[in-house]
Amino acid sequence: MDSIKKHFFSDMSVMLGRSMRHIFRSMDTIITVTIMPIAFMLLFVYVFGGAIQTGTDNYVNYLLPGILLIAIASGIAYTAYRLFMDMQSGIFERFHSMPIARSAALWGHVLTSLVSNAISVVVIILVALIMGFRSSAGVLPWLAVAGILALFTLALTWIAAIAGLSAKSVDGAGAFSYPIIFLPFISSAFVPTETMPTVVRAFAENQPVTSIVEAIRALLSGQPVGNDIWVALAWCIGIILVAYIFAMRVYKRKAA
Amino acid sequence: MKDIAIEVKGLQKSFKQLHVLKGVDFEVEKGSIFALLGSNGAGKTTVVKILTTLLKQDIGTATINGFDVVSKPESVRQSISLTGQFAAVDEILTGRENLIMIAKLRHLTNPRQVADDLLNRFGLKDAAERRVSTYSGGMRRRLDIAMSLIGKPQLIFLDEPTTGLDPEARIEVWKVVKELSEGGTTVFLTTQYLDEAEQLADRIAILHEGRIIANGTLEELKNLFPPAKVEYVEKQPTLEEIFLAIIGKKEEK
Ligand SMILES: Nc1ncnc2c1ncn2[C@@H]1O[C@H](COP(=O)(O)OP(=O)(O)OP(=O)(O)O)[C@@H](O)[C@H]1O
Ligand SMILES: [Mg+2]
Repeated sequence: MDSIKKHFFSDMSVMLGRSMRHIFRSMDTIITVTIMPIAFMLLFVYVFGGAIQTGTDNYVNYLLPGILLIAIASGIAYTAYRLFMDMQSGIFERFHSMPIARSAALWGHVLTSLVSNAISVVVIILVALIMGFRSSAGVLPWLAVAGILALFTLALTWIAAIAGLSAKSVDGAGAFSYPIIFLPFISSAFVPTETMPTVVRAFAENQPVTSIVEAIRALLSGQPVGNDIWVALAWCIGIILVAYIFAMRVYKRKAA
Repeated sequence: MKDIAIEVKGLQKSFKQLHVLKGVDFEVEKGSIFALLGSNGAGKTTVVKILTTLLKQDIGTATINGFDVVSKPESVRQSISLTGQFAAVDEILTGRENLIMIAKLRHLTNPRQVADDLLNRFGLKDAAERRVSTYSGGMRRRLDIAMSLIGKPQLIFLDEPTTGLDPEARIEVWKVVKELSEGGTTVFLTTQYLDEAEQLADRIAILHEGRIIANGTLEELKNLFPPAKVEYVEKQPTLEEIFLAIIGKKEEK
């Protein structure tokens, strides 16, 4: 019992190493996860961008936070997929019959999700830099942005865990991510909410993505962040807690 | 008093309406090979899953080395190893990486050495750096069993270890099981084949309609049936013998 607890972190890092190998051996995952948001970015900046009135002179700066959230939302579909495949393949049964903490296998996937999404976020920021993204933010605001993105990833990862653990088919495991990928479009990620009809606007201004986007945008442009950052943190932490409890419940039920 | 490795009493398990185990009792002596024989859907895998702490029974008790599977699962997992019915290997990793991964999870001091030894022993040296997704069924099964031997568990569960293997690969698996047993490991295996149980097992139990309907040594079980009549027939070689003879000739060339 004690030895199982003592080894929790080394066991988890073995699990992390394993699924990171999976990611690097299927480059198509990384490509899919970064290409789509980059394509959106190109589309919005070079096609729609001229017609969109955001009140800023650099539309890439305005757009980037939302693009990053879309990237993370599509990235976690693969977390659900990998988890689902492990549940199917019997390798979890092997892990679960071994003297290692049961949750190590699950946490391995959660860590992998954080690391792989961090990679795609960095790639997209580099592309944005080429397209003209500029930020005056110092180290602390950047750290705050990284923290918010990590919490957002964690929140979606635990939702993905519920989907991956309880899905009956591969398609089912990934389907939950579509509405989440869509959320940034009904937010202030691409256009200011002022021009939206009342009902849509009410939704857009009160859903999590808007506060997260606004907080990141303010941090990157050196503006005062105001209340948005607290609303964003509350959303992320709230979702993490609820999704974690449900995911663990499903995990315990599935793994006896 | 003999040493008992597995003790099962009044085990019952239902999946919704389906009453799969209706009261299963048996004991397995330490160091012996025990075969659980049963047809498709008899509940063999269900018994294995309960004994390896993957599934909880509804009624009854099961202990492994004196530890109850429900109340002391961690202690049970310390002394067992499972080779499930369907190969539990990582397809995307190489054979060597699979072995190293398990050795690390067993907290052994030199995972690479352990992996190399097993690759040699199971004839997987040449395929060591290939992804498991390129392996044949027999190679996958050998890797699967090799992964289960890491850390020298006292008790090994093999759920239909030879189903789907060709006769040659089957005999190789048999050899491994016998070696394990000679080394003092207790082996619990399930099978659908009478001849497999005959070849390997010190004791055979037959699971049928949720209960153990026969349990004993091969001799004891044979005595349960009417004595074989002596008849004179020309003995045809079995398909297995023919196959092995041809393979043997090929390798001599
Ligand atoms: N998780 C489950 N949910 C519902 N039914 C199940 C579940 N697991 C097993 N069963 C049913 O229980 C019965 C026994 O299954 P089990 O897998 O133990 O049989 P088995 O003897 O291992 O068969 P086989 O030789 O085909 O592997 C089968 O009818 C099976 O459909
Ligand atoms: Mg079975």
